[in-house]
Amino acid sequence: MNVDVLNRSGAQPVAQSKLAIADCDIHPRTLGYKTLYPWMEKRWQDHLETFGATYRQPWEQGPAYPKAQPNACRRDAWLTDGRPPGSDLAFMAEQHLNPNNVTLGILNPLGSGQGAQNPDLSNAICRATNDWEVAAWTSKDRRLKASVVVPYEDPQAAVKEIERWAGHPDFAQVLMLTRTAEPLGQRRYWPIYEAAQAANLVVGIHAFGYGGYPITAGGWPSFYIEEMVGHAQCSQSVVTSLVLEGVFERFPSLKVVLIEGGVAWAAALAWRLDAQWKKLKQELPTLKHLPSEYMRRNVWFTTQPIEEPDPRSQLAETFDWIGWDRILFATDYPHWDFDDPAHALPIRMTEPQRRAVFLDNAKTVYGVV
Amino acid sequence: MTSAPIDCDLHPTVPRLSALFPYLDEMWRETAIRRGFDEMNTISYPANTPLTVRNDWRDAKGQGATTPQQLAAQALAPFGTGTAILNCLYGTSALFSDDLQAAFCRALNDWVAHEWLDRDARLRASIVVPLTNAELAVDEIERRAKDSRFVQVLMLVSGEVPLGRRQNWPIYAAAERHHLPIGVHAGSTYRHPTTGMGWPTSFTEDYVNQSVAFQSQLSSLLAEGVFAKFPSLTVVLMESGVSWLPAYLWRFSKFWHGLRSEIPWVSDPPASIVRERVRLTMQPFDGPSDAAGIDRLINQIGSDDMLLFATDYPHWQFDGDQAIPPLVSAGLRHKMMVENPLRTYARLRETVP
Repeated sequence: MNVDVLNRSGAQPVAQSKLAIADCDIHPRTLGYKTLYPWMEKRWQDHLETFGATYRQPWEQGPAYPKAQPNACRRDAWLTDGRPPGSDLAFMAEQHLNPNNVTLGILNPLGSGQGAQNPDLSNAICRATNDWEVAAWTSKDRRLKASVVVPYEDPQAAVKEIERWAGHPDFAQVLMLTRTAEPLGQRRYWPIYEAAQAANLVVGIHAFGYGGYPITAGGWPSFYIEEMVGHAQCSQSVVTSLVLEGVFERFPSLKVVLIEGGVAWAAALAWRLDAQWKKLKQELPTLKHLPSEYMRRNVWFTTQPIEEPDPRSQLAETFDWIGWDRILFATDYPHWDFDDPAHALPIRMTEPQRRAVFLDNAKTVYGVV
Repeated sequence: MTSAPIDCDLHPTVPRLSALFPYLDEMWRETAIRRGFDEMNTISYPANTPLTVRNDWRDAKGQGATTPQQLAAQALAPFGTGTAILNCLYGTSALFSDDLQAAFCRALNDWVAHEWLDRDARLRASIVVPLTNAELAVDEIERRAKDSRFVQVLMLVSGEVPLGRRQNWPIYAAAERHHLPIGVHAGSTYRHPTTGMGWPTSFTEDYVNQSVAFQSQLSSLLAEGVFAKFPSLTVVLMESGVSWLPAYLWRFSKFWHGLRSEIPWVSDPPASIVRERVRLTMQPFDGPSDAAGIDRLINQIGSDDMLLFATDYPHWQFDGDQAIPPLVSAGLRHKMMVENPLRTYARLRETVP
């Protein structure tokens, strides 16, 4: 994590990583909704100016739990002119893509209208965000691939948006968030999976969101650290829901990537799901395979923020359980808890394992040659 | 000091609501009868699911764990158990009225004392307390703590507010004062959905998510500073699944390095706090199916002082007599069955022959 980095201007020397890498979680950022106005009807521009976009949380702006750093960003990722981290391609390339030798970067724009209370507004912001991703990012840098940001609480609108971009070479996945209004395996969301599978797009499910429910089954916690740790618990609930509802039975070639929710928990969750399903399968007759088999076939995990056991070798043991082919390297640039590819995985890996985690798995999952 | 196994998690079944009526104050008994209270079995353990009662442990009526004799024959005798801690999970803990819930807690505790503890000297119990109101919970702890057969305070993993929040602290102060661990058991009062994104659709999903709730609650207890505020309090996580712990601690520890300025009272590394102060019962144990894998997992947990033998009777977690996961090493087996429970439960050290 980059917690002690001072507020310095200009590019920073970053350790050179010899290996070409895929970064499966990069956050481009607008300068506010105005950046998206060129792709938005006047009606929604006016709406945003007057009413803003509100979410199932208390404040007009900012998250329910104040972040650890402004915008949850690295202090050295602000531009000298004051523009926020992630808002400028040239600076991102200079600070991150070039020195870290990122040859494939998956863009996950957050704060892009997903989960907004007004479903039509949510749709308008998502649509404009997708146009902006192409215009400002992927058309200018071929290393970058975009996510179709969808208004997932309105699955019909989400499907239309997926279909609008299906076949477009710049888009590699459909982006959803973990904290939805209902667990993501439930049928209201199935049209999204059907459309993603048909378009051969990965479904990326990033931590965070605005479902309105407490992040724990015991109510609202007090602290940001509880929320941040809690995203791993939410990701476990997401996988549980997808598996037990039969999503992977219905959509057998669906590829789901869990982003920024942790990875090491996947082994224990698979053991638990298998053990309980063996006893309780009468309740879930649509499942034809062990839950762990669906996880091994249909689910991947990005690394950042990678768990840090002591000793670190225990992480390799955990990857053995989960499957090295399931692990996708990610930095979360430009956020404060960025994982530096030169330091984030200090475990002994064979050369094939290293290549798989840092590049090849991502190319396979996202279908990028 | 005993060398007979100590089973740290068994569940007596309340056969029907009216079984508690003799232990209710007259006003509440009349209320329950006049208003025609329904049975209050919790949806955390619907009576007929395969998990709730192991099939070969069901009696002619289909119930399990309804009498001390049945429990002794099925859960104590097969393992040579010398001491067993009863955790009553009846659904009255979900009542919304503070006073009514407190009345049923008193009834449950007195029912356990008279119908179970009085009838088998090997049995111990946890004090069931109202989860909506700490003041009433403290009253109940003070009332029942006089009886040294009550060895722990029982809370559900999902209740009104996260466990670490200060409104619960009077409960921890009372528990610490009486040398009672806080036993946190799977289950919910369903004030909030079982997941951070809403309600599940199946019992299986609800149950799988119990281990997720334990993780969140451990975060709450750590972050709020409960372990610093109550330095001799032990927390026992019961029916949690156990194997989630290493990955959870790795993540919490990582964020603690970055975010400790938010919770400056957590000055020791979280993993060492947990290893010293938290215990876990070993059924279910959601582990790998090979001996080397189990060794690795125990090694990742990082302490063999933390694990406690439990059958989770009558819940179906194992078949036959395999109450201890079969690939666990002999040394750990002994620690789990005797040494660790005695270290965890002060009152067992005083009262077990």
